[in-house]
Amino acid sequence: MRIKAQVAMVMHLDKCIGCHTCSVTCKNTWTNRPGMEYVWYNNVETRPGPGYPKEWENTDRYKGGWTLRNGQLHLKAGGPVSKLANIFYNPNMASMDDFYEPWTYDFEHLHKSPKKDNIPVARPVSMITGKYIDKPEWGSNWDDDLAGGSEIVPMDPNVQKLQEHIALEYEKTFMMYLPRICEHCLNPSCVASCPSGALYKRDEDGIVLVDQDSCRGWRFCMNGCPYHKVYYNWNTHKAEKCNFCYPRTEAGLPTVCSETCVGRIRYIGVVLYDADKVKEAASVEDPKDLYEAQLSVFLDPNDPEVIEKAREAGINDSWIKSAQESPIYKMAMKWKIALPLHPEYRTLPMVWYVPPLSPIMNHITNEQELSVEGYIPAVDQMRIPMEYLASILSADDTSVIRRVLLKMAAMRVHMRAKTVGGIDEMKKSQLLKEAHTTVEELEDMARLLGVAKYNERFVIPTGRREMDDDLHYRYGACSIEELAPPEGMVTYPYGRSENG
Amino acid sequence: MSGFFWWGIFPYICGTILVVAAVYRIVFRGISWHAPSTEIFEKKWLRVGSLLFHWGIIFAFFGHVMGVLIPISVYEAMGVSDHMYHVFAIAGGGAAGLMVVLGLIVLLIRKMTNPKVSVHASFADYFTVIWLLLVAGLGTYMTIIYNTTVVAYEYRVSIGPWFRSLFTLQPDIQLMEGVPFLFQLHVIFSFILFAAIPFTQLVHMFSFPVRYPARAPQQYRSRDGYKNSRP
Repeated sequence: MRIKAQVAMVMHLDKCIGCHTCSVTCKNTWTNRPGMEYVWYNNVETRPGPGYPKEWENTDRYKGGWTLRNGQLHLKAGGPVSKLANIFYNPNMASMDDFYEPWTYDFEHLHKSPKKDNIPVARPVSMITGKYIDKPEWGSNWDDDLAGGSEIVPMDPNVQKLQEHIALEYEKTFMMYLPRICEHCLNPSCVASCPSGALYKRDEDGIVLVDQDSCRGWRFCMNGCPYHKVYYNWNTHKAEKCNFCYPRTEAGLPTVCSETCVGRIRYIGVVLYDADKVKEAASVEDPKDLYEAQLSVFLDPNDPEVIEKAREAGINDSWIKSAQESPIYKMAMKWKIALPLHPEYRTLPMVWYVPPLSPIMNHITNEQELSVEGYIPAVDQMRIPMEYLASILSADDTSVIRRVLLKMAAMRVHMRAKTVGGIDEMKKSQLLKEAHTTVEELEDMARLLGVAKYNERFVIPTGRREMDDDLHYRYGACSIEELAPPEGMVTYPYGRSENG
Repeated sequence: MSGFFWWGIFPYICGTILVVAAVYRIVFRGISWHAPSTEIFEKKWLRVGSLLFHWGIIFAFFGHVMGVLIPISVYEAMGVSDHMYHVFAIAGGGAAGLMVVLGLIVLLIRKMTNPKVSVHASFADYFTVIWLLLVAGLGTYMTIIYNTTVVAYEYRVSIGPWFRSLFTLQPDIQLMEGVPFLFQLHVIFSFILFAAIPFTQLVHMFSFPVRYPARAPQQYRSRDGYKNSRP
């Protein structure tokens, strides 16, 4: 057993209102620099839709993630030898057109324009070439809230996969928001794709980072990541990616996207996992088993044996305590309501999603005479097709989605019964049985999901700086310690007497 | 006298600039040591130009190893006749040279005409492509036209031994005196190119990740270890 700690995130999609505050605050913190204008470490996509970059889920095109060949894990885009042979041109890489050509507006023209018959306008200016763009045709959220509708929606690879035709008639449309950051995977394919070894996973907290000194700009990480969350800075010619705001998390603060989330959809916590099991879990044959296999990698932080082994592995008590109170452990591993994004990529992603439930409530018409069991068919006929959610969150296994949605519905019903009343006994209901849950669990869930207190959403231990043994020394040390001459050495200038 | 400069001093000046400037750049400007790709801006023409150029120059490199670094005695010992060698060198070298020249022309046109690429192209970028085109153009002309129309010049007894003598610090200047002017020019231009390497994007050739296939796919680094590994 090789225990490692990992900081992870859960996003509760039910609460996401698609306001893009996370994207904007992230942008202002990390990517508002030349070379990074087109980059959004955090972006919010309206689904169904092609996403950012366009069709990022089309693994046949970009060849991201891992694939299983004869029971062995291989990079889908090809292993090291084939990468070196393709180093002069990467056929699978997205180009800027797949993201978008970033632009600003010629605002200066508004107050410098001479008097004319027509009102002056601020024309769009490309931030790549500095030239006017007559007609911007795509942007990071061009298709926000299903804008572009029937032209844009079919570009979604998940939609193409669905057997049934998705109705785009107004009264049958559905949509949901999908905020995305780097998944900080347990089995990151970007790291394995990097010829220079510049990408790495941090031992202490599992954050995946790019060493800017080692990066040579070979760009295999860009499409090696199936989530397309490693970006090429065309100014510095290096890869850059979401760093889980490690300067903040090391100080015990949530990431900027989480801190500023108005819907309070994001949860951050620590989980303990067995690094020796990762490869095995990523190599199970049937993609539908990947979700359960991924869950098997995590360790119970309350198990005395795990605690002992964690201490031996150098994980200190504050981290173990955080792991025990971790909202991620509760939602993803204990309650199993949070699911990994595209487990079939075999990267074991560590940003988990609670699937959205909201639209089904419109389905319930006879609210006056509502029975608990009435929610079961409602879940089954919800507006967002279960197949669509399963295509995104459970490698097409609808039974996983159904179980989660039933649990979420049961939570709502129970809390409604408790606070408003007018609903029959929950405890013996079929809904509770089919959702595999208990009333106590539902109440715990309601507190974390509904009340969502700051201290319960974010349980982040500070970076383990106390393990740097020379902190106290450094506190009092001279800032030019290594440059200054050693203690006791005569340092006065030559030719000057000791008396003078 | 001028022969003494060009064949006895100039190569060492260029070599010194190459080594000193490259060391300076990796030590003090290490962050700028990269392969500055523009693939994100334009893919279609890059595919043609970059693949032609890079594979061509790799073949050309090995061709130069065969012609300049390996002594003629090795070929004689192996029983390769002069005629056989030249037929092979002209065909192989000519093909490689054409690939390089064609690739460079595509890349140069792309650099000048694609607005996204051209706006970010620096003087060093243009110098690199144009100078490479000059060197490779001369080399290809010599290989294909000069060798077949004038004479299949035997550089293995002049330029080859002279180049090798540079490494023993005893440059045999006499060897270069009778070399045709075009070949002399190719050598001088090449040395200017060598001297320019550390100031251009060409440094990325020294970073070819040969160790990648041998390394573990997943990389872990501890923050502690990372910190301590730094000077």
